Amino acid sequence: MRNLLPILTVLGGIVLLWYLAVAPMNIRVALDQAERAGSTITPEGSVERRSVSVFRLMADNSEHVRAAYALDRPRLPTPAQVGAELWKTTGDMALKGRAFSNRSLIYHAWITLQSTLWGFALGMAVGILGAVAIVYSRVADMSLMPWAIISQTIPIVALAPMIIVVSSQLGIEGRGVPKAIISAYLCFFPVLVGMVKGLRAPDPSQLDLLKTYDASGLQSFLKLRLPASLPFLFTSLKIGIAAALVGTIVGELPTGAVSGLGARILIGDQFGAPLAIWSALFAAAILAGLLVTLLDLTQRVALGRMEGRA
Amino acid sequence: MQDPVIQAQNLSLTFQTNDGPVHALKDVDLTIEKGDFVSFIGPSGCGKTTFLRCIAALEKPTAGSLTVNGLTPEEARRNRAYGYVFQHAGLYPWRTIGGNIRLPLEIMGYAKSDMADRVQHVLKLVDLEGFEKKFPWQLSGGMQQRASIARALAFDADILLMDEPFGALDEIVRDHLNEQLLKLWAKTGKTVGFVTHSIPEAVYLSTKIVVMSPRPGRITDVIESTLPRERPLDLRETPEFLALSHRVREGLRAGHSYD
Ligand SMILES: Nc1ncnc2c1ncn2[C@@H]1O[C@H](COP(=O)(O)OP(=O)(O)O)[C@@H](O)[C@H]1O
Ligand SMILES: [Mg+2]
Repeated sequence: MRNLLPILTVLGGIVLLWYLAVAPMNIRVALDQAERAGSTITPEGSVERRSVSVFRLMADNSEHVRAAYALDRPRLPTPAQVGAELWKTTGDMALKGRAFSNRSLIYHAWITLQSTLWGFALGMAVGILGAVAIVYSRVADMSLMPWAIISQTIPIVALAPMIIVVSSQLGIEGRGVPKAIISAYLCFFPVLVGMVKGLRAPDPSQLDLLKTYDASGLQSFLKLRLPASLPFLFTSLKIGIAAALVGTIVGELPTGAVSGLGARILIGDQFGAPLAIWSALFAAAILAGLLVTLLDLTQRVALGRMEGRA
Repeated sequence: MQDPVIQAQNLSLTFQTNDGPVHALKDVDLTIEKGDFVSFIGPSGCGKTTFLRCIAALEKPTAGSLTVNGLTPEEARRNRAYGYVFQHAGLYPWRTIGGNIRLPLEIMGYAKSDMADRVQHVLKLVDLEGFEKKFPWQLSGGMQQRASIARALAFDADILLMDEPFGALDEIVRDHLNEQLLKLWAKTGKTVGFVTHSIPEAVYLSTKIVVMSPRPGRITDVIESTLPRERPLDLRETPEFLALSHRVREGLRAGHSYD
């Protein structure tokens, strides 16, 4: 509860700024519409107005500022409009029993979530195995680590279409597999880095202690390095799952995808439906928030339990 | 007479560092008999830790010979000849006190039922009965160090190596732990190698005090204690105790005048 107040304060600030920004963003469109409907606007004509600042326009036509908050296709929708659209495409659909219809964001979020989870699982496996290799082998440390870093400097938007093309050439049907690969590509890196750090977290005296017991490499991995790395692992998993979601959405952007939140954003853009873009964007943010929160709770419970604090 | 437990002859260890060679130990000769309580005392950098680590096969000497129970240090370690107590308790925060003490037993493959008995036994030895299910963060520094000693006692090693185990604790806790350590030594009959910075601690605990000095790390004096085996804390005010302390201090001073 104590943490809620600052969060709500920031949220309130953002919403306020957002509302303030809506009028200047939409005023030109609102004035054009009003003019077509027969109102007198100063200055007259859409072309004339282009050279006048939005604030000047708002001051001179103050009676039309309200209209900027109620456009069908706003440049910037209000939070209330986005909220209404979100409800219409999620809760409302669910109430009508059409949660998994093509027009429901629940359906699209579900598609995106599946790919994200596959990508997350794949990225986690690659990241953890890579970290073990790097920590236990000098050769792997020197050969894998630079490539892992280079891999992250390649823009994923450039790589995504290539992965899709290659996988369809290999005869892989549908978007699921390439999406998961793109998602894993972004996800493995934070997991790898976090796990390398975690597996190296035990200090030399702790490793020496195990040596005095004549412990095997596997024993010191299972009894010391692995448990010591868990706090690091959870932290990087939280970053990793957010990255996996971004990766999936990027994988849904190249033309051809029809389902998933990324496809909704793309389609909204192509059909000039800003509200669809915004609601898909918010659905993605909410999904990311839920996933990270879920991992955070797991972390608290698991680590707390582990050290007897919970 | 029995074979010595630890025997070092002309033992030397030189670390090659970026700033040139560091002679951590040079021509060290030392014999430790079964049941001895041997303290190593000397200024920082005189090779006390290095010597202990050589015995434990954590470092490899560059010259000379070293045997532990008549074997090479590596063989002795494989036979689980010693328990090692580090300056920091180093308990695993994710294991209970009982779980920490079980760690070496799990690694060495002791039977489950045997483990439980051993944990109870050593908890009693270090006066931590009832703390088995507590986690390290719930214990004071002194109690954590006692738990780490219990961990080193849990398996059947007849040598106990301790590197400044009480260095980070305050004087009062230290006195108490010293007294307990002596009792424990008397009860278990182990051979103890104990590194310390404190003259009173060395004199109070030891049957043999090894005075060392740095650059190169070497032994400057080995003092056989004349104190009785039974040692109440107030023994430290007797003339005999003070005479021994004086001799240790002289040894340390002599070591210093070399550089
Ligand atoms: N791993 C190492 N590499 C290089 N020099 C070392 C290493 N370990 C110890 N030394 C050096 O060896 C000397 C003896 O160290 P140490 O045995 O730790 O002394 P003490 O425990 O008596 O303070 C010191 O000069 C120290 O700097
Ligand atoms: Mg030392």
